[in-house]
Amino acid sequence: MPIDVAAMGKSSRTFHRDPQTVKSRPLRDRVLELEAEGEWIVHRVPEPYVELENKFGRVKKVPLGHTWHHKSCGQCGHIPGYSTSIFWLHRKLGLDYRDPRDQTSCTAWNYYASATSNSAAQAAVALRNFAAAYETGYFPLIHCATSYGHYKEVREELLASPQLRGEVRRIMEMMKKPMVMPEEIVHYSEWVHAARHQVAAHKVLDLSNIVATVHPACHYHKLVAEDAIYDPDIYGGQRTAVVTATLKALGAQVADYSTWFDCCGFGFRHILVQRDFTRSFAVQRKIEVMKEEANPDVTITHDTGCVTTLDQSQFAARAHQRKVGIPVLSEAQFCALAMGAHPYRVCQLHWHNTETRPLLEKMGIDHQARWREFEADVERLKRGEIEYLTWEDADA
Amino acid sequence: MGCETSKYAAVSYEEKLRLFEQVKGDERFAHYLYGCYECGVCVAVCPSARFYDFSPRWIAQALAREDADLVYKFMNEDVWDCSQCFSCDKCPRKNSPGGLITILREVAVRNGLKSAKDALEGYGRIIYKIMSTGTQVAPDMLQPAAFPDWGPHVKEISENLQWWRRALPPETLHTTETSWDVSEQTLRELYLIWHVTGVMEMIKEVDEGLHMILMDVMEEKLEEAGFDLEATEED
Ligand code: SF4
Ligand code: SF4
Repeated sequence: MPIDVAAMGKSSRTFHRDPQTVKSRPLRDRVLELEAEGEWIVHRVPEPYVELENKFGRVKKVPLGHTWHHKSCGQCGHIPGYSTSIFWLHRKLGLDYRDPRDQTSCTAWNYYASATSNSAAQAAVALRNFAAAYETGYFPLIHCATSYGHYKEVREELLASPQLRGEVRRIMEMMKKPMVMPEEIVHYSEWVHAARHQVAAHKVLDLSNIVATVHPACHYHKLVAEDAIYDPDIYGGQRTAVVTATLKALGAQVADYSTWFDCCGFGFRHILVQRDFTRSFAVQRKIEVMKEEANPDVTITHDTGCVTTLDQSQFAARAHQRKVGIPVLSEAQFCALAMGAHPYRVCQLHWHNTETRPLLEKMGIDHQARWREFEADVERLKRGEIEYLTWEDADA
Repeated sequence: MGCETSKYAAVSYEEKLRLFEQVKGDERFAHYLYGCYECGVCVAVCPSARFYDFSPRWIAQALAREDADLVYKFMNEDVWDCSQCFSCDKCPRKNSPGGLITILREVAVRNGLKSAKDALEGYGRIIYKIMSTGTQVAPDMLQPAAFPDWGPHVKEISENLQWWRRALPPETLHTTETSWDVSEQTLRELYLIWHVTGVMEMIKEVDEGLHMILMDVMEEKLEEAGFDLEATEED
């Protein structure tokens, strides 16, 4: 019997969390205790920040500006319009940020794929990046959900193990860097969520006819689940509110589908060396189900691996006449488009695989004219008239 | 297949027990396994269980029962099917089957099991990239031969790569060999981490050739930076 998705979404149950009833101690308290004991410095969330509710109903502080952007290797490497859109949004909203060179990847993609590392190395990589952020005074904002999830894991391991803290301290001393733990581990989609009303206030497109499905990223809401943001007004507080609340604030329609909890099929090692699994899962459990049950104009997600997997996996499926053809964007790109960003200079949609032009048309964006502008930019680069495209060029 | 262990009958029980003790000895083990209700929640949410002869429940139960034979079989085969999505953290017993699998994989790599070497075959270039450059999926990895199932769009990107990278407004993204421009000092610090934490030893166990290449890249830079490699070896 087919699943009645509409009925699922009509549940009248709304969950209001009472943090007093949660048995585990707040992570932030434990982080601050270790500071009081002299174990590390806690990098405080800078003002102004927005107070959001996490899964247990506890307050999570999300900074609006003065952020150190912990970039994602998969976003910057293969879907660079993702990171560019995050920066562009900051610039348009007049928020101060740093895009550091003193940053490595969290290296967790490799760790989850190959296990050629260990707890001490992973914790040292995390704390090296945290220290680099602290030294600039800017607060880490983490672009990748896997980095975010992994750093939350690392924080738990460090909180639980004096021995691990000792090992990492020894390494940090060799690097002459301080032991620093941020007061909160913040994913960029939490920042978008916190800034969504500002984004909506700047939107230049009417999105009321756009139907979107949402894929919540596993490492965002499943791995150390406590940190994820929930809101009783979004899905009755039963699923994470990030992404969905942003789309609603922008006036788009959010359509539901029955396999929303499933992962995308990325698999870390699978996407690189065993893609038959990735393709099958992404198409059969996600894209085809969305198509069948919601027929969206776009699917929106908030992580590197999810955009890559859901987008790239559709090519081979199309050759097999499967029901595919849903463009995949991050909410950062969708917000940027809504605020009038250039689809190619800023959102860099030419790096995506599944056709985005019908979506752009429906959003009221003249993609032909915008593509011609981008092609002209590339010609100027080739002729040596400009060395790089600048932020000023992007908005010209 | 499944829970059949006879394939590994030639491996002594002592050896299986030795590896199992290493798994149990990992500090995370006690936080990842509290027993098992045999409820199957983890299987219901597991993507890999849908497509492989694989079950997070089997793994949690084999570890809970301390069945070293079965654990050895899983360590050699099943663990590489896991997607590491951590959907199974939904476990009502508060287990993390995905986390247990991370530990099992790590022990397999650290001990240079042939199955781990086989599982990582073809993956060496990725380990090389992340360990030597600090970023993993660099733009220049988008080559048609590597992603034939992603269609002609990969070819288009690879042909236009240097121009399309220059057409990115953020100044750190004009790179083609790394995802962003990582500073030299940052890289030296990363190399130090790999050396001090025993990761280089793990690489040696699974891929000696890769280990040699990485050592070549790293040693000079670490020495230039004044790090004494002899003194940084793990205790
Ligand atoms: S982490 Fe592994 S075992 Fe757990 S649900 Fe994901 S694929 Fe299955
Ligand atoms: S969900 Fe937990 S308790 Fe249930 S079968 Fe899986 S490991 Fe056992």
